[in-house]
Amino acid sequence: MLRQIGVPVLALLVFCLAWEALVQVNGWPNYVMASPSDLPAAYARFWDLFLLGAWQTLWRTVAGLVLAVIGGMILGMIMGFSRVANDALYPLLVGFNAIPKATLVPVLALLFIGQHDFNTVLMAFLISFFPIAVSVGIGLSTLEPEYRDILRALGASRMAIFRKIALPKTLPEFFGALKVAVTLAFIGTNLVEIVSPHGKGLGALFLSGQTNSNYPLMFAVLIALAVLGILLYYGVVWLERIFAGWAVRPAG
Amino acid sequence: MPDLIEITDVRHAYKTPAGPLPVLDGLTLSVPEGAFAAVVGPSGCGKSTLTRLVAGLMRPDAGEVRLHGSPVTSPRSTVGMAFQNPVLLEWRSILDNVILPLEIVAPRMPRRDRVARAMELLDLVGLAGFENKRPSELSGGMRQRASLCRAIVHRPEVLILDEPFGALDNFTREDLWQTMRDLRRQEPFTAILITHDLRESVFLGDQVVVLSGRPARTQYVLDVDLPADREIDILYQPKAGEMLHLLRDQIRIAQGRGPAQEAA
Repeated sequence: MLRQIGVPVLALLVFCLAWEALVQVNGWPNYVMASPSDLPAAYARFWDLFLLGAWQTLWRTVAGLVLAVIGGMILGMIMGFSRVANDALYPLLVGFNAIPKATLVPVLALLFIGQHDFNTVLMAFLISFFPIAVSVGIGLSTLEPEYRDILRALGASRMAIFRKIALPKTLPEFFGALKVAVTLAFIGTNLVEIVSPHGKGLGALFLSGQTNSNYPLMFAVLIALAVLGILLYYGVVWLERIFAGWAVRPAG
Repeated sequence: MPDLIEITDVRHAYKTPAGPLPVLDGLTLSVPEGAFAAVVGPSGCGKSTLTRLVAGLMRPDAGEVRLHGSPVTSPRSTVGMAFQNPVLLEWRSILDNVILPLEIVAPRMPRRDRVARAMELLDLVGLAGFENKRPSELSGGMRQRASLCRAIVHRPEVLILDEPFGALDNFTREDLWQTMRDLRRQEPFTAILITHDLRESVFLGDQVVVLSGRPARTQYVLDVDLPADREIDILYQPKAGEMLHLLRDQIRIAQGRGPAQEAA
């Protein structure tokens, strides 16, 4: 337990010290690069904005991610169970995934004028459903026929086979994809927050730091984003332990 | 009174891009209730196709598969299957793996009764005390024992064994043969065992059916005239030796080679 918490904290301290040293040794002013010692003041001054922004970023990311899980699983199931659907959808999905999502921000902004929350959630969804769909699709289509046959030979329904075998067997792949998706959804949310005018969330706070040439604030936002990203990621790890812990082999 | 399993002149071909590939061509096989039929034949001769037909997972192009006199057209809950790969579900304990068929076949059976039934079998195969382990914590032989328990937990009439001992080392395999023999004393199933191992077929079978090379037809049927309670020793006695020799000759014929070619 001590090692599990102590080692990462120590690594964080070493990182901050190295960062501080880098700035001090080079004598950079804070408009080139702020140092960790500049940050507490920024947090203290804008604490309320940080709380508000973090909450807005967090809930919109999670909402987008939940949509991505639902949409991705449905798509993955369609692709996993039907070869035709798989052949039809795969190139479309790959093509869509290859589009830089920044180019979609103005498109969405025009489609849903003024719907900031909706646009942001939608972007988080669009950027993160792909890995989930692919992993669920592959997990289902590569299910060994023998696994299906154990239940099929007893006359079990397709639904029973899905619920008792296909779904749990796909969970490790699903959580692997969810770890990628959670970071992507987070990036999607921030993208909209930073690019669109009058945005909300931590992204908008970053933008206002930039507008006001408040460099310590910009760095403080980046650190806050990193912390939020870590929280989200470990939230997924925690869920994985609960639902797919069996796939993790005990060490040693 | 018809035999429990009756397979009559079954023909089947798989569709491939290069045209139909016949795998079964005139397979006839009949197993009386409570008997144990071992099916041997060259590799790739369509033995696994046979298991899928009996399980009702496939229907033959021609000919008939009957259980209790009625044609098999779809899967039925009175069948149990075990494969070379034990296919245990990694997220379930051994106990819950064994219970799985009961969840489908007897959805209203109380959990207490399911556990009691599963424990009875786990005890019989020597897995008592391992019921709460995950499959990954067990050896290959133990996993295969659990897989056998799962195949018979719902008291199937017909047990289909598709090379369940094929991937085990020799001594573990012989242990499993004896476990299988013990299970037969307690459980009233009728079995079809697909195997590559002639000693296995003689030790476990009441009859040994030799299939020809692909497309497979019934080439030879040997009635194993040995006492029901067999020990491994019996395989080293002259009577079993003669049978093994005879079966080996039949396999040679099935592979399309004469005795002389084999020697060379």
